Amino acid sequence: MFDRAMLDLLGKGILETLYMTTVSTAMAYVFGLPLGVLLCVTDEKGVYPIPFVNKLLGFIINFLRSVPFLILLVFILPLTRAIVGTTIGSTATIVPLVVGAAPFVARMVESSLKEVDSGVIEAAQSMGSSTFQIIYKVLLPEAKPSLILGAAITITTILGYSAMAGFVGGGGLGTIAVNYGYYRYQRDIMAVTVVLLVIIVQAFQEVGMRLAKLLDKRIK
Amino acid sequence: MISLRNLCKTFETANGPIEVLKNISLDIEKGEIFGIIGLSGAGKSTLVRCINLLEKPTSGEVFFDGMNMTALSPKELLRVRQSMGMVFQSFNLLQQRTALRNVCYPLEIARVPKEKARKRAVELLELVGLADKLNAYPSQLSGGQKQRVAIARALATEPKVLLCDEITSALDPNTTRSILELLQNINRTLGVTILIITHEMEVIEQICHRVAVINDGRVVEMGEVKEVFLRPRSETAKQLILPKGGEIQRMTGKRCLRIVFDGNSAFEPIISNMTLECRAVVNILYANTKSIEGKAYGEMLLQLPDDDVSIKRILAYLDDKGIYYREEEINV
Repeated sequence: MFDRAMLDLLGKGILETLYMTTVSTAMAYVFGLPLGVLLCVTDEKGVYPIPFVNKLLGFIINFLRSVPFLILLVFILPLTRAIVGTTIGSTATIVPLVVGAAPFVARMVESSLKEVDSGVIEAAQSMGSSTFQIIYKVLLPEAKPSLILGAAITITTILGYSAMAGFVGGGGLGTIAVNYGYYRYQRDIMAVTVVLLVIIVQAFQEVGMRLAKLLDKRIK
Repeated sequence: MISLRNLCKTFETANGPIEVLKNISLDIEKGEIFGIIGLSGAGKSTLVRCINLLEKPTSGEVFFDGMNMTALSPKELLRVRQSMGMVFQSFNLLQQRTALRNVCYPLEIARVPKEKARKRAVELLELVGLADKLNAYPSQLSGGQKQRVAIARALATEPKVLLCDEITSALDPNTTRSILELLQNINRTLGVTILIITHEMEVIEQICHRVAVINDGRVVEMGEVKEVFLRPRSETAKQLILPKGGEIQRMTGKRCLRIVFDGNSAFEPIISNMTLECRAVVNILYANTKSIEGKAYGEMLLQLPDDDVSIKRILAYLDDKGIYYREEEINV
């Protein structure tokens, strides 16, 4: 059962899963971080309120977040094909993962930034800081521990999504679980993939929490 | 240095507009320590925020160093704010930066070169007595130390004025005293004009030159601290100056007298002589000595005897000795 070929397959699955999750998380932050900042800053009580932009952005993000991931995955197949050239394999899966996770990241970032003490922001304003300076000198550094915790949650969520992509040939451990466990009834292999996924999630979460604690200067 | 002209501020709330500041006009002179005192909810914090335009006044004008603050462009406003330092009740330090880097923050905003900024920050932290805490994070500092860092930070850009919003309200009496001494020192050595917002009369007494009493969004009394302390005219000033507490309330109902001794009469045994000479006893409800601008003042609250003849004799005696007194209704 667990011969050399199977172990190789699982090894490849782990690598593909890690590749998909980390690259997707990074890309999701490329889009989600600025969106989250924009959501926080343009809020009615933010440092640069633009209610119209805030409402519109909030609506779009809520809309994208309410589409179930599996449907989104299928729905944006043409976009995936246009960008990657194919719709199967782990690289192709990155596209829907990013589209699905970016709005989630935006909300995570928004809530982290909103935790920053309004008094500290007021102090920065009293010293003549511009909106941009407040963002990169106050909001982001002060929210750093919370942002890291958010990233740990995001990466584990994306890991879950990536396993779902296994149903449409997304590659990684998800595909192995579907192909062997679902189509061939090899439940032991499915169990192994689930255990591996659990271990990866635990590892990401643990690293994130330790990093956040290490970098937080409030508790020491 | 700072002039407010007919300043009004109204907040729009769900329950209709609330007028927080009503037609406030006052002038703060260069180099003085000016206090603004009021009970909570009087509009003090809004007032100080209208000066550096963290709150935009609904109407009226704010002049700072000859500039009309309300007419500045957003960009100019940011630059002018760099010449106004502000210190807060809750310190508002950047939690993820060391004391040193907190003091560097305003210098980064003012685009001071890094090395120069660091040198200046070290000097300032030495000035406020925290030379050994340069690399401590705010969470490792006590309340008083945090406020010292905040003061150093507010002074970093060599501001002409320091706005202090209830800066001692979160501190214990001893720390309060040392922070106020620090401010006095800064005022004397650096010549920085200081505006202090507080609800504690002790703060005003200890370091302010002039004071404005505000109540319900209006200035109800303004003048030299000594004058306001000796002869409070407004109800709010009396409430703030006269001793509080249930103890006194229970004993009242009869006529009370508040007498204030200045530095000279404080040496004479006034009360003893008075009871001997007038052959009338008084009940001392409250007594205290205070130092206002370095001069000692004694204040005392006396419950007068029941008969009018004795009262007349006592008042005549005090008049004769030139002691300032005033009959008070004690129902604070």
